[in-house]
Amino acid sequence: MRIALFVTCIGDAVTPEVGQATVAVLEQLGHEVVFPAEQTCCGQMHLNSGYRQEALSLARRFARVFGDFDTIVSPSSSCAGMVRELYPELAPELGFLRPRVFELSELLVNRLGVTDVGAAFAERVTYHPTCHSLRVTRVGDAPLRLLESVRGLELVPLPDAEECCGFGGTFSVKNAETSTAMAVDKCAAIVSTGASVCTAVDASCLLQIGGRLSREGRAVRTLHLAEILAS
Amino acid sequence: MTSFPEAAHEALANAQLRANLANATATIRDKRAKVVDELPDWEELREAGRAIKADVMAHLDEYLVRFEEAVTAAGGQVHWAQDAGEANRIVLEIARSHGVSELVKVKSLTTDEIGLNDALAAGGVHAVETDFAELILQLDGDWSSHILVPAIHRNRTEIRDLFRRTIADGSISDDPAELVEASRIYLREKFLGAQMGVSGANFGVVDTGTVCVVESEGNGRMCTTLPPVLVTILGIEKLVPTFRDLEVFLQLLPRSSTGERMNPYTSLWTGVTAGDGPQELHVVLLDAGRTRVLADEVGRQALHCIRCSACLNVCPVYSRTGGHAYGSVYPGPIGAILTPQLRGIENAASLPYASSLCGACYEVCPVKIDIPRVLLHLRAKAVEAVGEEREGRLMRTVARTFASARRFVLAERTGRVLQRPFVRGSRIVRLPAPLSGWTASRDLKPLAPQSFRDWWKDRGS
Repeated sequence: MRIALFVTCIGDAVTPEVGQATVAVLEQLGHEVVFPAEQTCCGQMHLNSGYRQEALSLARRFARVFGDFDTIVSPSSSCAGMVRELYPELAPELGFLRPRVFELSELLVNRLGVTDVGAAFAERVTYHPTCHSLRVTRVGDAPLRLLESVRGLELVPLPDAEECCGFGGTFSVKNAETSTAMAVDKCAAIVSTGASVCTAVDASCLLQIGGRLSREGRAVRTLHLAEILAS
Repeated sequence: MTSFPEAAHEALANAQLRANLANATATIRDKRAKVVDELPDWEELREAGRAIKADVMAHLDEYLVRFEEAVTAAGGQVHWAQDAGEANRIVLEIARSHGVSELVKVKSLTTDEIGLNDALAAGGVHAVETDFAELILQLDGDWSSHILVPAIHRNRTEIRDLFRRTIADGSISDDPAELVEASRIYLREKFLGAQMGVSGANFGVVDTGTVCVVESEGNGRMCTTLPPVLVTILGIEKLVPTFRDLEVFLQLLPRSSTGERMNPYTSLWTGVTAGDGPQELHVVLLDAGRTRVLADEVGRQALHCIRCSACLNVCPVYSRTGGHAYGSVYPGPIGAILTPQLRGIENAASLPYASSLCGACYEVCPVKIDIPRVLLHLRAKAVEAVGEEREGRLMRTVARTFASARRFVLAERTGRVLQRPFVRGSRIVRLPAPLSGWTASRDLKPLAPQSFRDWWKDRGS
């Protein structure tokens, strides 16, 4: 299948390894990955901060850049959710993108019917289900099914898993102290599992979790699901 | 009002408060989840609740008039209050006309919203709060921090000390039974002597003119049955068309609020019945900003709220900051969308931002209020009304950068140069404002040496 990759703005600038892993996983399965070079950002930061007009321009731009592709994948449930669930609210004519956009794990499991991508990763891993993967993109148990099929991987449950890590985009800066209080509790839950790696399907949430773990001097690493699947 | 981040700062620093809140919200949250899971038709009930409320909002003008007719026909008197001041004056006048200097009150958010107690006190009438938690707060000059559990931020040791200072003697312990007994002795006298009762309302039934109050202690029923005069203040959004509609809400509300299958004390009264209960009933229909909320097509769903507080208990923000940070009797996610609309966005512009948009509130709301959607809507209104100049410039610049891949690439390159002095190894530990808020408590991953698109280009695909 020919799949267009929306790597996201953070994915391009801060976490290119996530996009690279996504490409590796999909190509390994025999798919053709295309990267439309004109892509930038889905506009979620603007929408979430109250800059609707700017968000709408970026949404229209996204539709121009990706409009010709039938299958679009993003290694971010939040950005995929923005395109799929919030674009139609911004402008109904953007609803045509809805059936075409997938977060990586749902593309693999629900669309391509793959749970075993042939990965091997011999570590103890805990999975943080990000809010938008639970409640906007609704990826369900797709990430867990992929992780369960990784050779050598020991999956340990995360206490209070469904509670927000406190990232929330500009919330992390506008309400930095509340955001941090949430991160502190999330990190304590992660550390309590004894896992060496915390994984998720959103690099943005992992920046928050990883940033706090690093500040606390914890040995736990954060890895995007794609990176584990590409191992 | 104090902005949310400033108000939250104090609460977050209070370890006792955070522990009280974390315990209490987790307990109610779990109880709710258990009893909601029992119902196979929960989603259908939610949808029914949403649909009934949407119908009420669409036809509120007709329903209000019909409700007034029904209350009047049953022997009650209806008053219309445009704002808090008018509602308070009506209640005070009724008290004065009966020579009442002290009255008893059912726990009521609406009367807290309009500041009834203070208004009455200024007019020489003392209002006694009879809900156990409201009594605690009144004795201590404190105010509610939770819709359902107003004193959620206090533990029993604090309450014991308060009672020793006020309504009990020095021998009282922090045993809940003893604390409740002390309040019971104090309140029984108030109930028996009261010449007037004041209540809010959970529901007003249009067809019959019936008023409904749900509570857990029975103290509310004392207020609505013992005094000869009863005044009910009813927000105009609290109507339901028919008696049968209560069937939906009396299932949704207790399970969502206290995690109970059935509400312990459900009081319903219709007008006046000779020889039974209050012989004079007044119903004050309160607007106080509600019609303005109704005019907003996206925001009006906030008026569907049945005050269950499920959204507070699941909210990761509320469960850490507590209710006072929201600066209103309506805290938590529902407060973040209701207060700015009732008071005007310019008076509470930081509240719609007091959320990580995690969506947990929407998931539990028994009438399916899409709180995240309304938050986004109100954020846009906040930017329009009182947007910060500097932030606006920054956001427009970023949008312009994202509008062209060439500019975006240039910005990435510039960023990589500018971040150099801040990078320590593989992380950034300190940045100037506005990103200093992040680095004060978290490290930041720097921009990668090579962007994804550069890697892709090099790869030659």
